Amino acid sequence: MARITAGVTTSHVPAIGAAWDHGKDGDDYWRPVFEGYEWTRRWIGEERPDVVVLVYNDHASAFSLELIPTFAIGCAEHFEPADEGFGPRPVPPVIGHPDLAWHMAQSIILDEFDLTIVNKMDVDHGLTIPLSLMFGRPDTWPVRVVPISVNVIQFPPPTGNRCYMLGESIRRAVESYPEDLNVHIWGTGGMSHQLQGKRAGLINREFDEAFLDKLTADPGALRKMPHIEYLREAGSEGIEMVMWLVMRGALGPEAKELHRHYHVPASNTALGHIVLQASA
Amino acid sequence: MTDAAGDRPGSHVDLSELDDIPGTTVFTAQRSRKGYFLNQFCMSLMKPENRARFKAGERAYLDEWPMNEAQKQAVLARDYSAAIAEGGNIYFLAKLFLSDGKTFQDAAQSMTGMSSEDYAAMMLAGGRSPEGWRSIKEGR
Repeated sequence: MARITAGVTTSHVPAIGAAWDHGKDGDDYWRPVFEGYEWTRRWIGEERPDVVVLVYNDHASAFSLELIPTFAIGCAEHFEPADEGFGPRPVPPVIGHPDLAWHMAQSIILDEFDLTIVNKMDVDHGLTIPLSLMFGRPDTWPVRVVPISVNVIQFPPPTGNRCYMLGESIRRAVESYPEDLNVHIWGTGGMSHQLQGKRAGLINREFDEAFLDKLTADPGALRKMPHIEYLREAGSEGIEMVMWLVMRGALGPEAKELHRHYHVPASNTALGHIVLQASA
Repeated sequence: MTDAAGDRPGSHVDLSELDDIPGTTVFTAQRSRKGYFLNQFCMSLMKPENRARFKAGERAYLDEWPMNEAQKQAVLARDYSAAIAEGGNIYFLAKLFLSDGKTFQDAAQSMTGMSSEDYAAMMLAGGRSPEGWRSIKEGR
């Protein structure tokens, strides 16, 4: 039986990818950003997940305004890095797990979540930067990936509660897959940041740290947080944090914090990264 | 939106509150409709051949799109505040500034009225405090 053993969240700031791709990760500005992932790289090297269910948002790369799925699951054999205006990131193609992904799609839809099934999509920095942060610069990624894309660009995104419930449904879907697989679930994006308007540059450390605390101490409170609170407190782009609740919902009722990293700034953004052990 | 749905999460979001956040434009349905072609133009820059054609003649390329004049002027001037006022969304506009070799920090800073040095210093010092930036009507 497949099982979800751990959850990881991380910001996916584009500038992190640029710094990494240009070998600037040892610079004074970037070193503290990357140092917070060293523990995780050692840990994940020992954990050796077979599959990562990677919850991220497409930043107007695969999905334009022509088509805006609230929740989509990638069922393809592989996903190419997207050209976001300056050529694709120089990283390997992302290898999917179509058999598990299709199983999950069926299970989750029959569980009353109306997922969009995607058989062809390029993946942008939202998905590839977390892979770089966890696995460095391999020739091929050492895991297969089932991408779950969440709309957080067109208002309204799904509620935090709905995201959490999707996570619960993902857990049921994975646990009903017959093959013995070690599956991680990642939530990406956040933390506080605003990339537009006169309020650009907003950072709310107090909000972010409370959010990180509540992932283990009181996820029920996070489920009830309305969009307006994210927008006011964590910035217009801070609403990406609803995706972390998909991750949290998939870990079961109890989760244990194994590692935490918080750093300001990564470009315009408060970088947050946490590793959680799932319920047994 | 009413509270008819009871205390379900999200049911308390009043769309009018979205415009109560200082210096912030939430990408609502209305703005998405207004900015549709502006944003789709930006998407077209994901293809290298389109980037080359745009750089070779920006006005002519823009004229292929059913955008209004204010949208076209905002693009030509790389005025991201104006582009957002015309329905642009930052993640779509990113295709434009990234293809110019600019960064999200450059674009964000350009909308604040701050110099790039002052903006960078603010971020290094921990970013912009939310104090006074949460609500226009409540002054907090």
